[in-house]
Amino acid sequence: MIAFVIRRLFQALLVMLVVALIGFTMFRYVGDPVAQMVGQDTSLEDRAKLRQDLGLNDPVPLQFARFIGNTVQGKFGISYRIGRPVDELLADRLPATLELSLLAALFAIVVGVPLGVYTGLYPRRWLSHVFLTVSLIGISLPTFVIGILLILLFGVTLGWLPTFGRGETVDIGLWDTGLLTVSGWQSIIMPAFTLGMFQLALIMRLVRSEMLEVLRTDFVKFARARGLSNRAVHFGHALKNTLVPVITITGLQVGSLIAFAIITETVFQWPGMGLLFLQAIQFVDIPVMSTYLILVAFIFVAINLVVDLLYYVVDPRLRVERSGGGH
Amino acid sequence: MNIRNTLLAGAAVLALAAGSAQAKELTFGFQGDANSMDPYNLNETFTLGFMANIYEGLIRRGPNLEIEPALAESWEIVEPTRWRFHLRKGVKFHGGEDFTADDVLFSADRVRGDGSDLKTRLAGVTDIIKVDDYTVDFVTEAANPILHFEWATWGIMSKTWAEKNGAVSAQSATGDQENFATRNANGTGPFKLLSREADVQTVAVANPDWWDNANKEHNLTKVTLKPIGSDATRVAALLSGQVDMAYPIPVQDMNRVDSNSGTTMLVGPELRTIFLGMDQHRDELLYSNIKGKNPFKDIKVREAMYRAIDVEAIKKKVMRGLSEPSALMVAPGINGSDPAFTRLELDVDLAKKLLDDAGYPDGFEVGMDCPNDRYVNDEAICQAVVSMLAKIGIKVNLLAQPKALYFKKVLAPSLDTSFYLLGWTPGSFDSWNPLFNLHGCYDADTGNGKFNLGRYCNPEVDALTAKVLSETDAVKRNAMIRDAWVHTTRDIAYIPLHQQALAWGARDGVNVKQRADNQFAWRHVTMD
Repeated sequence: MIAFVIRRLFQALLVMLVVALIGFTMFRYVGDPVAQMVGQDTSLEDRAKLRQDLGLNDPVPLQFARFIGNTVQGKFGISYRIGRPVDELLADRLPATLELSLLAALFAIVVGVPLGVYTGLYPRRWLSHVFLTVSLIGISLPTFVIGILLILLFGVTLGWLPTFGRGETVDIGLWDTGLLTVSGWQSIIMPAFTLGMFQLALIMRLVRSEMLEVLRTDFVKFARARGLSNRAVHFGHALKNTLVPVITITGLQVGSLIAFAIITETVFQWPGMGLLFLQAIQFVDIPVMSTYLILVAFIFVAINLVVDLLYYVVDPRLRVERSGGGH
Repeated sequence: MNIRNTLLAGAAVLALAAGSAQAKELTFGFQGDANSMDPYNLNETFTLGFMANIYEGLIRRGPNLEIEPALAESWEIVEPTRWRFHLRKGVKFHGGEDFTADDVLFSADRVRGDGSDLKTRLAGVTDIIKVDDYTVDFVTEAANPILHFEWATWGIMSKTWAEKNGAVSAQSATGDQENFATRNANGTGPFKLLSREADVQTVAVANPDWWDNANKEHNLTKVTLKPIGSDATRVAALLSGQVDMAYPIPVQDMNRVDSNSGTTMLVGPELRTIFLGMDQHRDELLYSNIKGKNPFKDIKVREAMYRAIDVEAIKKKVMRGLSEPSALMVAPGINGSDPAFTRLELDVDLAKKLLDDAGYPDGFEVGMDCPNDRYVNDEAICQAVVSMLAKIGIKVNLLAQPKALYFKKVLAPSLDTSFYLLGWTPGSFDSWNPLFNLHGCYDADTGNGKFNLGRYCNPEVDALTAKVLSETDAVKRNAMIRDAWVHTTRDIAYIPLHQQALAWGARDGVNVKQRADNQFAWRHVTMD
């Protein structure tokens, strides 16, 4: 088990290194930070000096090596745009993104799994058709369209919910949370819904098809023959057996929720890492971009690790194989 | 007991209500954030305008951009190259420090030092002399009648404060340390910085000890900036009343804001001129099918293009009426702008004939560079130009890209463009700046014509520009400016298109004065 985790951590390092390298090679095509960092009256000489000071004239491999060297020492540089250390900046933004993505994931699971079970158990009921149709919309409409429609309806026309931002936040030590205030909850509803909509539809459809599959298997028939209640059959046996693929997909999706909250964060001006990253791209804020990419790579690997560990919990067979390795 | 509690609670509510009736809190949304609270960090309109509410210069600009005394009560020109500024007495910084000549000297060093992007504020100043605690002399290399024109955005910082907090020089782009002044501010202005969260909100409160409180116009107690990047979200925030004022409002949403009950648009001409530039330097155009020569060197070709572009159509279709076609490279409101200049008339037939005469009866092909996130509807303007030029046989291959890529490609040192769209606002509100930067013969070493990307060059214009710089007699000076504009418009150095409109939206009951330089001065805001 420990060996497994350590092996995974090594893989994580490798992934992060590769992501950083790819990211760095792409930065050359994002543009010139110097034109953003100075005003129009700044002399050509000062511009050239700034470019030199930032090391932008060096070949990319050298810039990359310098970046890795600094990163290993925990120096992430200073944002070209805001002038603050990048690690502090990301740490400031992390709570907003995590709260949003976790709430979106929670919403997707809590609503998606029961809907999937329902549509799986009663595929012919009209309500199932309604759920499936709505989920189709969730999958096919782009996030920003859903977001803007929600803003127009609930923010502007009805005036029930705030149209942007995170509301009031409370600082609880390391964490700056919006989940302790009314305005914080009001603010997170629409972004979390927007972000979770796609995942909800995905989970629901996945659970549904898995349920349909499992319900046809022999052990479910035997369970029924044994006279178990419907509830025990559906939830105790059938649902449990659908969960392995669901957990895999959900885990991967939580990673992408965090990494790709960019669009939702932009539409709702949600002050998370995604918004920071998008602004960094527009500004060619290389320190922020590179650190963000590495962080996201790390989050992905970490989540996958957790998912792998969860398999052991859900699927007893894996545990048996491992522990019984000796005979 | 219960009754007593209820009464107490009621009294508290009343007190709160009374308190909020007094509080005039303005929340406004803008598409970006001030990059830093350091007033010397970036020479860019929004950051400068924002910081001018907190830090004041020796002068300030009024609602119509007129120069008013601020930290300097008065000034005089002792000799042509020596200006004397008499500082205001009894002014205190927000931190309580007294404002004296030492602060001016310190700020002068800081603004010219490493990390500052505002070095041009003191360009040509050779010496700054403290005469006494409230008198400072500025000695210039040559006579400079517009020495103080840009000083409204050169905020004076406190020497003691900066020294105490290690902010003696401006934030450097390299290194790992955050400068204290990046998130803290200590000016003399009408508002004090209360809190700063980059990209989330920045809050300032009215300064009760402001020197000009006796004449103050505003009745605000607190101002909050909420940056909202997405256009649709910013408009929604205004419509839903979450912000009291927002800008810029995209042209396609202006009707909504106006027709919505409770919000109104404020529209006015901006000082920025949008224009097209052409490479008149290379012997062979880049991205063109004409080899061995450069059609843009021929004035007939430039005139043909000028006459083929229908600015009124651009105004109507692309800008939805919100642009002012321009004959000059400077907007009305900039010193030296002159309504006597008129645009060459639209004439497609004549344009075709001119091309014919120039030896391009079948037209030619050329690449065009255009930003797509810098000016109002910039890409759409370029597309319109492409289709208009197609009518006279010039096939334009448009490359529209985000400003980060666009500026890298077209600006010096690469100058990798043969035809481009650019916008320009002179920070000094004077014609010398665009004459020097856009029309001077390009010279990378001296900085002459550093934004003259097409490298138009007319030595007579250069000579006039040099004279304009040091001529102190306003009438003579303006005559020279006029002469210079006559030359450049006759040469068709550029094809000016228009001044885009400022588009601010405000909630009813919020009275805002819109300044043509797109700076938002809170000291002119009142709330009902």
